[in-house]
Amino acid sequence: MTKKLIMLLCLVIISSSLAIGQEAIPDSAGLAPPAPAPPTNVRVVDRPNDAGHGLIVKWDLSPDDSAGLNNVAIYEVFRAGSPDGEFISRGVVPRGITEYVDFDETEPNSEHPNPNFMPVNSTWFYKILAISDNQVRSEFSSVASGTTIENWIHTGKIPIGVAAITFTVFLIIFISSARKGKKMYVRPLAGINAVDDAIGRATEMGKPILYILGLGTAGDIATIAGFTILSRVAKRTAEYQTKVIVPVQDPVVLAVAQETVRTAYLEAGRPDQYNPENVFFVTSMQFPYVAAVNGIMLREHPATNFYMGVFYAESLILAETGNIAGSIQISGTDQVAQLPFFVAATDYTLIGEELYAASAYLSQEPVQLGTLKAQDYTKAIVMAFIILGAIAITAGWPFLRNLVTINL
Amino acid sequence: MTGGQLLLNGLAAFLTLCIFSFLYRDNPFYKFAERLVAGVATGYWTMLLFHTNFVPVVWNRLAHDGRYEYIIPTMLGLMMWTRFSKKWSWVSRYSIAFYIGISSGITITLSLYASLFRQLEATINQPLTFDAAGISSFLIIVGVLSALVYFFFSAAHKGSMGVISRIGIYVIMIGFGAGFGMTVMGRIALLVQRVIFLRGYVNSLTAFFGG
Repeated sequence: MTKKLIMLLCLVIISSSLAIGQEAIPDSAGLAPPAPAPPTNVRVVDRPNDAGHGLIVKWDLSPDDSAGLNNVAIYEVFRAGSPDGEFISRGVVPRGITEYVDFDETEPNSEHPNPNFMPVNSTWFYKILAISDNQVRSEFSSVASGTTIENWIHTGKIPIGVAAITFTVFLIIFISSARKGKKMYVRPLAGINAVDDAIGRATEMGKPILYILGLGTAGDIATIAGFTILSRVAKRTAEYQTKVIVPVQDPVVLAVAQETVRTAYLEAGRPDQYNPENVFFVTSMQFPYVAAVNGIMLREHPATNFYMGVFYAESLILAETGNIAGSIQISGTDQVAQLPFFVAATDYTLIGEELYAASAYLSQEPVQLGTLKAQDYTKAIVMAFIILGAIAITAGWPFLRNLVTINL
Repeated sequence: MTGGQLLLNGLAAFLTLCIFSFLYRDNPFYKFAERLVAGVATGYWTMLLFHTNFVPVVWNRLAHDGRYEYIIPTMLGLMMWTRFSKKWSWVSRYSIAFYIGISSGITITLSLYASLFRQLEATINQPLTFDAAGISSFLIIVGVLSALVYFFFSAAHKGSMGVISRIGIYVIMIGFGAGFGMTVMGRIALLVQRVIFLRGYVNSLTAFFGG
């Protein structure tokens, strides 16, 4: 009975100490441990490089942080909408730290209210206290305020801006010189040289051409390059009166592909032969789309399959089925993980940037040729940077590496 | 396993075998499974878009949150419907132009960061020393430079440029070989997973019928 009473007493003591949580734990002599001094010099600044939904609270360490009583364990930061308003805890940081980033850009809406969200140009008030190892809280610091500001320029991304401007300067120079009639050489691309042969083969066999734009959206660069090549292919098929089938998986890609093919038929002088039903939506999900396209391959027996755009795990499944169907296959993508499958399973592959170059090679338009030349000059600068950067880092000068280090 | 579960798993096993039957040749079972999955996927995807995009992004913001700036993208979306009219289909081109322009602008900046700057930083991060790390770094630099030469399009790949670009394509192919092997391993794992499912179903059938 006595044992049970002692155990019960122990339980009560433990639960009470847990319940009081943040209250001071007396020392062995029964005296309340001393409270640490609060942090000083609290100031609030705008969080740089954001869309105006963050503030940074800074302070000087409490005199009892690693000095004095040396009993500070954490700092707790409180925020309110007005100096007299209710201060709500925003978070804690360990001792030795002198700033807290208050940032949450999830905009509230009727379904998901977010009390932590700070609108642009809103002023907020902060105060901080130090908490000791024994859960003793200091007095609050003085109140400091700050206003959220929307930053138009992300200073960490300035190198990206410089690179974009340099590239744009090259673009303007080379496009204008191409427009003035300067001849610009583009090295032959095996995959593109095969395009006309493949269309001719389809015409001779009386079979259709299957053009697959992949799983990308209309805004993906590879899909845009795919549209350019589709334009060329559709123009040739219009001239040769060969059917081109374009099954797509994205509604916007469908709209652009229909426009591309329609315009190509118009340019070829055969608008009457354009059949919008040959450019159609299948489904937006990856493997159902693949299942449907595989079926088309085996039923329509296309003479040529084009795969131009963004591809994922379906690349090998599609290319293997095309092989089984006996089609000539030309592929092109910028998805590095899928290129090995296209290289292994299709007859010609446009590797990465070759896909973008193909559209310039096919069209011979000054804008595209100038762009290609500008890309080459940019690559030359990158190569020079790599050589100089490697020498510099070996010599112990990291400044070139630091130039290309982006701090997001 | 209950009778209902057995029936549902039986349907899944049947559809799996229907899809596998494609390995033999195109057949009515494959056609059935293909059309079923395409139809179900489209229906599912449409409702998913409605609930995860239209309701929270368009309807709630306009009707409940008073965020009237969302009228602009809503109008652009509605303009896409003009594609059904021969007379007015040109209006949809504005939506498409807006979409492609904005997407490309965002993508180009991100690509510069992910494909250029991060690669550049990683390539010149390691000093060229006479130890394993230094030699590895040297090989990376040689590989990157020669691969970049391969992607020069405005100069003929002849002479020394031809030699370097050939090294570049070898480097690329070595990378592709490694990528191919790694992905095939993943695909085999997927196949094994499916075969385990079929085996488990057969075991459940046997247990259910007291075999």
